[in-house]
Amino acid sequence: MKTIKSIIGGAALLLAAGTAAFAARTDLVIGVVLEPPHLDPTASAAAAIDEILYANLFQGLTRIGRNGEVLPALAESWTVSDDGKVYTFNLRSGVTFHDGTAFDAEDVKFTLDRARADDSTNAQKQLFAAIDTVEVVDPATVKVTLKSPQGSFLYNLGWGDAVMVAPETADGNKEKPVGTGPFKFGNWAKGSSITLVKNPDYWGEPVALEKAEFRVVPDAAAAIPALLSGDVQAFPQMPAGDALIQIESDPRFVVAIGATEGETILSTNNGKEPFNDIRVRQAIAHALNREDIIAGNGSGYGTPIGSHFSPANEAYVDLTETYAYDPAKAKELLAEAGYPAGFKATLKLPPPAYARDGGQIVASQLRQVGIDLEIIPVEWAQWLEQVFKNKDYDLTIISHTEPNDINIYARDDYYFDYNNPAFKEVMNTLEATADPARRVELYKTAQKIIAEDAVNGFLFQLPKIGVWDAKLEGMWENSPIQANDLTDVKWAD
Amino acid sequence: MLVYLLKRIAIGLATLLVASAVVFSVLEIIPGDPALLMLGMNAEPDTLAALREQMGLNQPVFLRYLDWVSGLAVGDFGTSYTYSSPVLELIGERVMVSLPLALISLFLSTVIALPVGIFAAARRGKPADTITMGAAQVGVAIPNFWFALLLIYLFAVWLRLVPAGGFPGWDAGIWAGLKALILPAIALALPQAAILARVTRSAMLEVLGEDYIRTARAKGMPRRIVLWHHALRNALIPVLTILGLQFAFLLAGTIIIENVFYLPGLGRLVFQAITQRDLIVVEGVVMLLVATVIIVNILVDIGYAIVDPRLRTRR
Repeated sequence: MKTIKSIIGGAALLLAAGTAAFAARTDLVIGVVLEPPHLDPTASAAAAIDEILYANLFQGLTRIGRNGEVLPALAESWTVSDDGKVYTFNLRSGVTFHDGTAFDAEDVKFTLDRARADDSTNAQKQLFAAIDTVEVVDPATVKVTLKSPQGSFLYNLGWGDAVMVAPETADGNKEKPVGTGPFKFGNWAKGSSITLVKNPDYWGEPVALEKAEFRVVPDAAAAIPALLSGDVQAFPQMPAGDALIQIESDPRFVVAIGATEGETILSTNNGKEPFNDIRVRQAIAHALNREDIIAGNGSGYGTPIGSHFSPANEAYVDLTETYAYDPAKAKELLAEAGYPAGFKATLKLPPPAYARDGGQIVASQLRQVGIDLEIIPVEWAQWLEQVFKNKDYDLTIISHTEPNDINIYARDDYYFDYNNPAFKEVMNTLEATADPARRVELYKTAQKIIAEDAVNGFLFQLPKIGVWDAKLEGMWENSPIQANDLTDVKWAD
Repeated sequence: MLVYLLKRIAIGLATLLVASAVVFSVLEIIPGDPALLMLGMNAEPDTLAALREQMGLNQPVFLRYLDWVSGLAVGDFGTSYTYSSPVLELIGERVMVSLPLALISLFLSTVIALPVGIFAAARRGKPADTITMGAAQVGVAIPNFWFALLLIYLFAVWLRLVPAGGFPGWDAGIWAGLKALILPAIALALPQAAILARVTRSAMLEVLGEDYIRTARAKGMPRRIVLWHHALRNALIPVLTILGLQFAFLLAGTIIIENVFYLPGLGRLVFQAITQRDLIVVEGVVMLLVATVIIVNILVDIGYAIVDPRLRTRR
């Protein structure tokens, strides 16, 4: 009897939920491939954390907009001293954290000092490296003094790793995040889903959604039925590449192909023979046919790139013709470098499809000019350990998903092992330059240097393949930063 | 019997200890730094050092092993590197999905397999036997994830009777939870049932050839009673063995099905933990599985004794 009762009760509940959904839809289930390890964006590099919480639950002093622009967020406005070293931020008033405590200058000081402390576990600590001191002027004003001028400082503050946290709750953010955003934390069913609910006390424009659930759907084969059955209404990054065609022809769904900040490259160990010879690297560049690599890569989408820079950025220059596809030229260059019969090397491939599928094509293209690649599949932990940390590799394919990260080519001892004083000089100048027009010029120069040096094989910009219900409005098409900003998302009536 | 049981339990505990050493050292050997994995490609060396210190990775291996084993002894499985919550809590949440799923599919497979196996054995060589065993052969051959996708398209996408995947949690009600588990349970049960049916049939056939069966029939006992009472009981030992093995598999070997239905089960937890080098979680789950297998084996032994009274006194 008891069971029957609970069955009837359950059915009634389902019915009720069903009718409520039809009346005025304010809930949304979003499919994500990876579950975040925890919910503190200031303590991990995992994009999965930012993709749920950035702009939705946590906010920084500035934020990155739809097209990659820097917008005010918790800082209403700011002034920069003439020497470019002192930033004075005027904080928005009436902002409270989700636990009810007020947000003020002390919180800003706490957040920034915590991120750059000696025992900080912030994955992007370099964002704060330029900061010399953070001073509280009054509860609504903060003065940040830099060691030297930094043109990208306001942009850096818009990263997920720079979001504002409160001293009282910072340690608990991994399990129960407390921020200032339009959504607050609802519930985390581990392995299953993370639910955010509308924050009724939000300082800004209230969001249209009452509830947003991020459901973990790790399997490509599961994503399509989840969408078709209506269980999940949006996949900002659809995992199912070759099944996409099935969705594209269905009028119930929108397929939006956007750009990410992911430069997919054939990373090359510049410090190791024979790749330390620029002619060998040029030969590789000439041997790569980007169109074929993109076409064979699951979805078939992606924009060819000729340097390490996003085509969505205003400073982008198309350098794909620097070393155009020309296998004959590639063979000549190899002969000149002393490898008339080619050589053998290894290609280590991490798990994502762009690497594992793209790697097969790259290997076959290089084989045609005499470079015989042995493909070695590795998992993430191995990749980080062997390739990234110990530089124990010849070639690998990887997408560098951090926004605006051309400066990695200036890093000493980075895994490319590339060392060009001229490039470092450009980066140093860029760091110290605030003038936007001048910065664009410098970015262009930087792109050209690494393209001409053929540091890596530059393949394509990773696409963002978003699929969602056609009645859903306001989803982001591009991802200028790792985020799924739901601020403007609503259901059309 | 009691002495025997105590002996079994002692052996079980020793096995656990050996397993703990093996599991721990194997996981120490595989390459990959959990701290680097969490902080990614932009991490500064001092940040990595700080995180390693926080995770306790800077201690010598042997000390960490002692720490871990002594924790296990008092039921403290440690704290997950990535989730930063107690491992036992994580496992507990997943067991709430995996255990019901395993039990439902075990129940389904038994309910299907026993009658089918007995039926086929009773009609050995006749068309009914050929057909059912042919079907069982197909059941063994069908990959369960493919069968799962068929079920999803039929019952979730087309008929919309159940969700295509996911697990709402038991808080959402027993019915909602069961609805989420029914398709995966069927997908898991079918191949298991096929195997079990074949084992049941051959065990039955062996018993049916025994003299006491002929005697029972000869003294005029109805066929049905001979089959269900005399034969089945004697044929149950191999069936119980297979059931025990299947239960252990169903508890954690269901990673593919858990992925297809995106269920937060133990298999996914282990898989995720391995890729993220959350070693302490992997170690915890493996220990739990070792313990489960040992317990199930002991239960199966007790089952033998119930089925076959001769085994109660022999040892």
